[in-house]
Amino acid sequence: MMKLKVIIVGAGVVGASVARVLSQYEKLEVHLLERKPDVGWGISKATTGIIHPGHEEDPEEYPLRAKLCVRGNYLWHRWVKELDIPIRWPGELMIALKEKDLKNVEYYWEIARKNGVPGVRLVDNEELLKLERNANPNVAGALWAPTAGIINPMKAVIAIIENAVENEVKLHTENCVSGIKIENWKIRGVETNRGFIEADLVINAAGLYSDHISRMAGIDYVIVRPRKGEYCVFDETAYPKVRRILHPTPTPITKGVYVTTTPEGNLLIGPTAQDLPEDAKEDTSTSKEGLDFLLKWAGKIIRELPSKSKVIRTYAGLRPEPPDGRWIIEAYDDPWGFINIAGVRSPGLASAPAIAHHIVESLIKGKFDVKLVKKKKWIPYRKDIVKFRHLPREKQNALIKGNPAYGNVVCMCRVVTEAEILEAIKRMKKIGIKTITLDGIKFRTFALTGLCQGSYCRIRIAKIIAKKLDIPLWSVTAKGKGTEYGIGNVKVLLRNIPS
Amino acid sequence: MSMQDDYDVLVIGGGPGGLSAAIKAKELGLRPLLIENREILGGIPLQCIHTGFGIHYFKEDLTGTELTYRLLDKFEELDIDYYTGAHVTDFASVSYLEKKVRVITAKGILDITTPTIIYAAGARERHAFDIRITGDRSAGIYTAGEAQTMMDVEGIMPGREIVIVGSGDVGLIMARRFALEGAKVKAVIETMPYPGGLLRNVVQCLYDHNIPLHLNTSVTRVIGKKRVEKVIISQVDGDLRPVPGTEGEIECDTIIIAAGLRPYLPLLESKDVIIDPATGGPVVNDYLETSIPGVFASGNALVINDLVDHVLEQGERAAEGAYTFIKNKGLPTVRFKRMIKGKNIRLIVPQYLSGDKDAIIYARVIKPMRDIAVCFPEIEKKINLPAVRPAEMIKVKLGKNEITRSKNGIRMELVHL
Amino acid sequence: MSEVHRFICVVCPRGCEIEVEIQKGKIIKITGNQCIKGIDYVKQEIEEAKRIVISVVKVKHGDFPTVSVKTNRPVPKKLIPAVMKKLARAEVKAPIKIGQIIIKNVIDTGVNVVATRPVKKTF
Repeated sequence: MMKLKVIIVGAGVVGASVARVLSQYEKLEVHLLERKPDVGWGISKATTGIIHPGHEEDPEEYPLRAKLCVRGNYLWHRWVKELDIPIRWPGELMIALKEKDLKNVEYYWEIARKNGVPGVRLVDNEELLKLERNANPNVAGALWAPTAGIINPMKAVIAIIENAVENEVKLHTENCVSGIKIENWKIRGVETNRGFIEADLVINAAGLYSDHISRMAGIDYVIVRPRKGEYCVFDETAYPKVRRILHPTPTPITKGVYVTTTPEGNLLIGPTAQDLPEDAKEDTSTSKEGLDFLLKWAGKIIRELPSKSKVIRTYAGLRPEPPDGRWIIEAYDDPWGFINIAGVRSPGLASAPAIAHHIVESLIKGKFDVKLVKKKKWIPYRKDIVKFRHLPREKQNALIKGNPAYGNVVCMCRVVTEAEILEAIKRMKKIGIKTITLDGIKFRTFALTGLCQGSYCRIRIAKIIAKKLDIPLWSVTAKGKGTEYGIGNVKVLLRNIPS
Repeated sequence: MSMQDDYDVLVIGGGPGGLSAAIKAKELGLRPLLIENREILGGIPLQCIHTGFGIHYFKEDLTGTELTYRLLDKFEELDIDYYTGAHVTDFASVSYLEKKVRVITAKGILDITTPTIIYAAGARERHAFDIRITGDRSAGIYTAGEAQTMMDVEGIMPGREIVIVGSGDVGLIMARRFALEGAKVKAVIETMPYPGGLLRNVVQCLYDHNIPLHLNTSVTRVIGKKRVEKVIISQVDGDLRPVPGTEGEIECDTIIIAAGLRPYLPLLESKDVIIDPATGGPVVNDYLETSIPGVFASGNALVINDLVDHVLEQGERAAEGAYTFIKNKGLPTVRFKRMIKGKNIRLIVPQYLSGDKDAIIYARVIKPMRDIAVCFPEIEKKINLPAVRPAEMIKVKLGKNEITRSKNGIRMELVHL
Repeated sequence: MSEVHRFICVVCPRGCEIEVEIQKGKIIKITGNQCIKGIDYVKQEIEEAKRIVISVVKVKHGDFPTVSVKTNRPVPKKLIPAVMKKLARAEVKAPIKIGQIIIKNVIDTGVNVVATRPVKKTF
C-alpha cells in the first residue's frame, strides 16, 4: 500500500501538534519542515505560555477560537503528562481595576458559561487576596478561572516533536519552502532550498509567514500582520512573586499584560501589544518604553513588585494577526490537499492540540475524505531531560555515580550539569537538528537563563559543544549561521595583514 | 583526603579571595577545605595577562597569571584539601557552631559539617540587560570578562569592529587587547563625565591606540539581524537620561559590556543574609563575619575591589575571623561601632568595627576630588591625600585605641584642604 | 616657533597634567608637574615612548591553547605592531615554565618575550 505523503510547513507549536497527531496513523509519511535551525523559534518561542481556559473567546465572534481553546486546554492536561512538559496549573485572575470594569468581567463570565469553561466565577477582594496574596488590594474585584495553566512554550514544542520523531515523523531543519507544486489542481509537493519534496498534503503552519506559504498555493486572501509583544523576566531569586496568573480585563486588541510565575520560578510580565508593518516579520527588538509600560501595568494589578534591578532579561515576540482576528483554518479543493492554519494568534498555544485533532478529523478525514487507520504501536510517552537540580539527594548521588558528568555543574546560576548539556546535544541530533546552537541548549536545559545570563557559563557550554562535535570553539553558533561565537583564533586578524 | 567531618573552615571559591583565606587558615593551624567550581584553581586572575597585581602584597609588579601561580605554589606547599569541578548548592546552620554544607562533586554528593564558612566566590559581571540596553538581541555581545577568557585563555577572537561600553579598568584593558590583536576599537562609551579607570590605563590603553572615548554617553540600542551591526548612542544628562537630539550611531560587529561587577552570592541571599545596597555584598564586622554567625566573606564577593592585594588581605582577615570563632566557640558579644558614610563616601567595608583589634577599612568615593583630607571626626583622625577617584579604593588602618574613642558610630568623610 | 605637548603623567595616582614646550626639537619648558618623576616621565615619552607589550602566543600540546606572555622590558611604541606580528606567527610547545623565554631579542630590540603562565604538556 502506498504511503500518503504529508508535509507540514513550520515546526512551531501548531505544526508540531499536527505532526504528533498524524504520527498516530499508519501508512503516512510525515515531513515537518522548519526554516530555522531549531524548532519553535518563530512565534512559539516568545508566547506568554498561558494555557487559556477559553472564557475570553466570544463564541459568536470567534467560534473556532472558542471551541478549540476549551478543548485544547483539556487536552493539554493529558499531553503534559504524556510528554513530561514542565507546567503549572495555578488558575487565572482577570482583574477589574475599577468598578466600571466589573461589567466587562461579567461579559467574560457569560462567555465562560456559553463555552462550557468549568469553574469560572466572580470573586470579591477578600477572596482575591486569599487566592493571590500579592494582588493589589485596591481593585474592584476579579474573575477567577481555575483551569488556566502556564507552560514553558519551548519545552512544549521540543517535547511534542521528540515524541513525533519517535513515532516516525521526519524533521527537516534549515529547510525553507520556496514554492508549492500544483498539477491538475492537486498538490504535488514543495520546492525547498534543499530540493523538491513530494507530497499529497501540505499543511501550512508557518506562523508569521503563513501568508507567504498560502500565496505559493495560489490562495491570496491570507494576510498576517506582526503584532509585537515585549516581555520582562525577573531572576528566580527576585521576590515577591505571584502564585496565580493575573491580568487586567482584555481589550479587543490584546488580552492585556500578564503577571505570572513561570514553571522555572521566574516572575514574568508581558506582553505589550504593538502593531508592526506587514513586512516587519523579524523585528523582535525591545525598547525602554516597552519595559516601562510593562512595569506600570504590573504595578496596577500587583501589590508589590521585586526591585527593577532584578530584571535579568527583556525580550519580544511577534503574534500573527489576521485582519479580523479570525483564524484561517481551511482545507481547499483547489489546490486539493492544501490546508491553511494561518493567523493563529492567541489562544493559539492553548488550542494547539485541539487544532491538530480538528485538522485530522474535520479536514483530512472529513473534507478530504482520506481514510486513516490508527497504528497498532504508537508511543504516547516521552520523558524530558533529567532536571538534576530538583532531584532528591539520593537520586542525584546515584546519577553521579553512574555518570560523573552529573557532578560537574556548568551553569552555576541554574545548577545545570554537564550531563544535561550533553543529553541536550544528543537529543538535538536525534530529532535531526543540523546545527547545534547555544540557544538550543538554553531552551532544553535552562543553562544561560540565570542571573549572569551566560557571562560565566556560555564559554564553558560552547567548549562542551565544540569538543562533542569536534569543531573549532569559535565556530559554535548562538542561533545558527551568522551568529558564530568568534571570528577565528585570536591571531586571525594579525595573520591576515600583509607584512 | 581527610574524612568529611574533619574540617573547621569551608572555603567557597578558589580564586585569590579563597586561596589566601585557605592558606592563612592552614597557617593558623585550622583544617580548611576549599571548593572550586571550575576545573582549575586560580579564579579570574588566571586570565589577567596584564601587570598591576601584587604591588603591595608581593612588592612586585606581576601579571595576574604570575600572582596566581605564586599563590598556588604556596597553596600546594601547605597541602590543603580541595575539590575542583565542585559546587556548593546549599548549607544549613544547624546550630550556632555547626553548619552542614552540601557539595556536588564528580564523585558524588558530599555533606560537610563545619563550624565556619568563608564565602569567596567572587563577582558576576553586569550584562547588557543590567544596563538596560534594548533593541535586537544579536550575537556578538560579550561581557568584558567573557571576551578576556575567549582571547587570553582559549585563544579565540570575538570580533573585528569593537565598541566597548564602560571605561573602568576592565574596559580599558580589553580595549588595548583588542587593538593589539588587530581589531578596530571604534569607541569606548562612558556615561560619567570622567573615565572610570586609572588614568595610567586611559593613557596606555586609549590614547596610545587612538581609541575615542565618549564621555557623558550611553549606548541606547543595539541593531543587528543575526550579529551586531551597529549601536545607537546618545549623550546623557546628569541623571543619566538620554538627551533628545543627540543620537548617533557607530557601526560595529562586537559590543563588549565592561559596566562593572556585582558580588555574586545567591547562596547567602537564599539564607537572608543582610546585604549592603552600596556594595551589593554582605554587611560584615571587622572579623569579616556576615550577619550569619560563622559565615565570613572576602574578596569580590564581599565588595568589588580594584586591587587583588586587597582581596588577598581580606582573605587573610576572614581566616583570622574564622580562627577567632573556632577558638572562642563563637565571636564575642561586643558593642560594634557602625561606620557612617559622610560626604562623598559611597561605601565602606567593614560596616561594623568591634574595637577589639586594629581594623583595616576599605572605602570608595562618589566623585573624584583633589587635595583632600579623609576625616573621622568621632575619633579625631585625619589623613591627607593628593587625589581620590571612584575607581581607586581608599584603604585606612584604624588602630584599636582609635576605634574605641567612639561609643557608637564612626563617620568617614572627605573635606577639601 | 615652539610647540606645546600635553601629557598625563602616570607614575602616581595624582595624574598631573604636564605641559612641555618644544622648540627646534629641544625641550625649553616643563610645567604642571608636582614632582621630579613627572619630568623624567615626559622626557622619556618625548624621546621615545616605550611600553611593555602583553599578549598571548599559540601553544602546541598544552593543557591551555595559549600561553600569556610579556616583554621583559618596555619596547619603543612604534615597534609594537611589528612585535605583535611576530607573536601572531609564533607557536611554542608545551611544557612551558613562567619566565621561560618564548622569543629571544624580538625583532632586534634586545628585549625578550617571556611566558607569564605555566602550561602543562597533554600528550
